[in-house]
Amino acid sequence: MDRIRQDIPILKETFDGNPLVYLDNAATTQKPRAVLDAMTRFYETDNANAHRGMHVLAERATIALEDSRRTVQTFLHAAHPEEIVFTKSCTESINLVARGLSQAWIDADAIILSILEHHSNIVPWLQVKEERGCDLLWIDIHDDGTLNMQGFEEVLRHGTVKLVAITAQSNVLGIRPPLKEMIQKAHAAGALVLVDAAQAMAHEKIDVTELDCDFLTFSGHKLYGPTGIGVLYGKRKLLETLPPLLGGGMMIGEVFTDRFTTADVPAKFEGGTQPLAEAVGLDAAIDWLTQFSWDDITKHESLLMKKAYDLLQKIPGLTILCPNPNPNPSPLLSFTIDGVHPHDLTEILGRKGICLRAGHHCTQPLHRRLGIPASTRLSVGIYNTTTELDLLAKELPEAVKRLQ
Amino acid sequence: MDIYAETILDHYRRPKGKMRLSQPSVSHAETNPACGDELTVDLVIHDGKIVDLGWDGTGCAISQAAMSMLSEEIMGKSEKDLEALAQKDIYAMLGVPIGPRRFKCALLCLHTVKNALRTKRGESKQSWTETVHITEDQ
Repeated sequence: MDRIRQDIPILKETFDGNPLVYLDNAATTQKPRAVLDAMTRFYETDNANAHRGMHVLAERATIALEDSRRTVQTFLHAAHPEEIVFTKSCTESINLVARGLSQAWIDADAIILSILEHHSNIVPWLQVKEERGCDLLWIDIHDDGTLNMQGFEEVLRHGTVKLVAITAQSNVLGIRPPLKEMIQKAHAAGALVLVDAAQAMAHEKIDVTELDCDFLTFSGHKLYGPTGIGVLYGKRKLLETLPPLLGGGMMIGEVFTDRFTTADVPAKFEGGTQPLAEAVGLDAAIDWLTQFSWDDITKHESLLMKKAYDLLQKIPGLTILCPNPNPNPSPLLSFTIDGVHPHDLTEILGRKGICLRAGHHCTQPLHRRLGIPASTRLSVGIYNTTTELDLLAKELPEAVKRLQ
Repeated sequence: MDIYAETILDHYRRPKGKMRLSQPSVSHAETNPACGDELTVDLVIHDGKIVDLGWDGTGCAISQAAMSMLSEEIMGKSEKDLEALAQKDIYAMLGVPIGPRRFKCALLCLHTVKNALRTKRGESKQSWTETVHITEDQ
């Protein structure tokens, strides 16, 4: 653990003498030295535009980009490197699929979403609804936060469902929907499935071939990598027929004054200069993370979360949202405290160096469903320790006392 | 000074004027979407003067305390006085430093009152950029 923490430069920061206790990993993760060094090294020794030019640097930049694509392919267990498309974020990846697929949809078509979704997996589909008149059908949750699977099967029977867009892990409740079962049922009903894996990616093994999902999206920065890079996985056959989101350089086959043809996948979706240093950073982040086994990561994060549950449940007036009795709890939980607004709580804790997230976490429909305006979220990463949770347990009641 | 000064926390715990009025001249609600703070203001206006004021709301200590303090501040004032009321007056009233993360919390009360008056006059609402003047000392 000491070695992991030494890998992450920012963890040495202090605030008025208090150590940084970073428990906001679901918003973004901190970066290992290996990622920062790889990006600097790229700019210092390899920088050029990829797939453009014949000189030695252009070749190095191209190799770096394509190496990163192959690293992501292996990481996701995808069948082909062309199934990996680089974007600027998980949000852009979802938009790319929504904009592309919906061009062929009509107003009788429907999309299924769960109430657990982040705004980035809701708003692109609301835009599709506005533009094409498609129906959005929602899967509700039970009181314990798990998906109402009976409700899912009912909306699937709607008959004209084109796509199911579902999170791999809720960014508020930590709930992990039964993806494999949902994908099988969606396929049986003739619908495609997009999995938003932004929250799950750094915490559990994702195998797109085993899942048999049609699309899967995530961002680099929640995976110990840099901001500014996202990934879209798509089955090759589907990507081949999907229209591009951005027109521009590199995404073309031929351009004339009155028409153009598109390049093959994945270049078709990568119009404009790609985030090259960020792709290098993502490659390094995956290398860094995969030196640990998923078993060890899950064991460590579960231990932290069990301790977090124990500590928080002892605080009077504190309610954990849909507490997860699972022996392997998800790496995040959210809570409310009577009479204390999350913004006040997190501001006061922030002065002690303790970073928690407050607000609606880009899930207004879910917060409305839960009947609360806002919540406070605790989310752990691979470098957090039980000592940090002890510090939180010491400072939290002090902050509450001040506000109540 | 800390934004969680006792004066602020006192208004948060025991807010002044926090009740809805049955027959207001105008009612108006505003939210701070980033945080989820909400305020609704009821004003009774006679001869261009605020003769009664009530409000309700949910949100952080800063947004709720600021509304409580403002409700005391503007009672009996003229519509014209309220027109002149600006961001700096709210900051002076609060008496604590308001950072860039919290300025909307602090100014939601002003935004709500200003738009209540505009609603009463049948005018279109002012935007946040009209309420807030971003300066370095934020």
